[in-house]
Amino acid sequence: MSVEISLAHDFPGFTLDVAFALPRAGVTALFGVSGAGKTTIVNAIAGTFRPRRGRVVIAGRTVLDTEAGVFVPAARRRTGYVFQDARLFPHMSVENNLLFGWRRAAEKASAGEIAHVVALLGLAPLLQRRPRALSGGEKSRVALGRALLSSPQILLLDEPLAALDAQRRAEILPYLERLRDEAKMPMLYVSHALDEVARLADDIVVIRQGRAAAQGSVFDILTGLELPALAGAPPLGAVIAATVAAQRDDGLTALAFDGGTILVSRLAAAVGAKVRLRVRAEEIMLALEEPRAISANNVLAALVLAVGGEGDAQADVQLACGNTRLVARITRASAARLGLAPGKAVFAIVKSVTVDAQSGRG
Amino acid sequence: MDAFLTPPESEALLLSLRISFVAVFGALPFAFAAALLLARTRFAGKTLVDGLIHVPLVLPPVAIGFLLLLAFGTRHGLGAFLLQTFGIRLVFSWTGAALASAVITFPFQVRAIRLSLEGIDPGLGEAAQTLGASWWDRLVNVTLPLALPGIAAGIITAFAASLGEFGAIITFVSNIPGETRTLPLAIYTALQAPGGEAEAMRLSLLSIALALIFMTLAELVQRRARAGA
Repeated sequence: MSVEISLAHDFPGFTLDVAFALPRAGVTALFGVSGAGKTTIVNAIAGTFRPRRGRVVIAGRTVLDTEAGVFVPAARRRTGYVFQDARLFPHMSVENNLLFGWRRAAEKASAGEIAHVVALLGLAPLLQRRPRALSGGEKSRVALGRALLSSPQILLLDEPLAALDAQRRAEILPYLERLRDEAKMPMLYVSHALDEVARLADDIVVIRQGRAAAQGSVFDILTGLELPALAGAPPLGAVIAATVAAQRDDGLTALAFDGGTILVSRLAAAVGAKVRLRVRAEEIMLALEEPRAISANNVLAALVLAVGGEGDAQADVQLACGNTRLVARITRASAARLGLAPGKAVFAIVKSVTVDAQSGRG
Repeated sequence: MDAFLTPPESEALLLSLRISFVAVFGALPFAFAAALLLARTRFAGKTLVDGLIHVPLVLPPVAIGFLLLLAFGTRHGLGAFLLQTFGIRLVFSWTGAALASAVITFPFQVRAIRLSLEGIDPGLGEAAQTLGASWWDRLVNVTLPLALPGIAAGIITAFAASLGEFGAIITFVSNIPGETRTLPLAIYTALQAPGGEAEAMRLSLLSIALALIFMTLAELVQRRARAGA
């Protein structure tokens, strides 16, 4: 584990008390409703907030240990912080904003690495502009580049998309995906938007009222039946790691995952490319017998793991398809009629799938 | 200039400009520090400090001149110490006039700078911190450039106010031609002499012209600051 975090602080009417760790690379999402304490956690890691008790170790360096009296000031913590409101320096050009952290870094990125970040985030046409002349999405990209070029040992992203409209958000997400697949440092991604988390995160820590209510891989947490109660009832859905298995003559692309194959409309990707699939719980129907005369292309054999949503008209059904977890949302009446219970064999009819790019890890 | 002004008149004008220049730029670092203290920190007695800084705005300038005379008179106390140790004599000298002007115009500078400091997003300082900037680094490279419009506005208003200072100067450093007789004091002196109204009028018109120049400058700076924000 390359980053260890444990923090405790009493606020009036609110107690923060969390402990978790981040792997050497990859995206860990801090997920939870607004006011759960996510930003406070990030500030404590960055050093702009000093908790009463806590310990933060980044890449083997203890930057906070209240018991040992260690408090490394924010300026020397080597965290790359991307704020929700970008916080670009208004009196500097984009170029000088980008190089602000670089000029002060102990280990400076080379000219080649700078050029790479500029290319990765599409910043070349913006370099001579002032922040005032940038769109919201452009500001986010510059803020991201500025943090990257300060040679951080952890990247902290505090809802970097929250201030953007849906269109800008869709414009930035591919950059974040590329960053995730390339970055050689852990990334902590704060969000209350499940679709972003499902698309970007490898691991998830669910924060609820200042505590880590659940933590695990994106595959397990987002199919966990307890998630709606923990995080303000977000729509459940499965995240599936898959590889492009074949481009078929009928215009479909076959994607193989640990549990079967899923067909989607032609995907512009080479055979062997890794992709991430998202299937919302509402997009899965369940049947006890294999339906043959049916328009859906994807019918997967699965086992019921658990049925949740007690006392509700809706029932969430957690399924195992090979080693992959799925979740289906059906009515409680249907669940009763089918006699769904743990261990029962069913067929999952997948109505639609969202495909996201994922290279490298996954 | 000599075509319009008599030698004593141009002497008064240049003296006024010199005294105001030294007063304003001498006080500027202290005004910036005071503004920073008031805008960025919280401490016990802040209201008192804030009040003390603004006292010259409401106190009669003559009273300030009198207090300065008490403090820097060469017979005793601070004034005697300065004279004996460093050979510095403020009473009856133009440097004393600059000190009096500085005290009177200090609140103008502090107010303008404080306003612009309070307008800076504190998040920018945090961002600079996470990018490796120390306290001084942030002050010089983030806070100071962003406060520049306020600093410029403070300098200009203080300079304009300083040009008009009368009571504190005449009380503290007297009315010595070529040493402490600034424009307002020259107008007053002209009025004391029989038939001096014409000269007083010329000097008053000169003062009006100066005031207009500085107020226009202040307006331009503020407009630029607003456009840049």
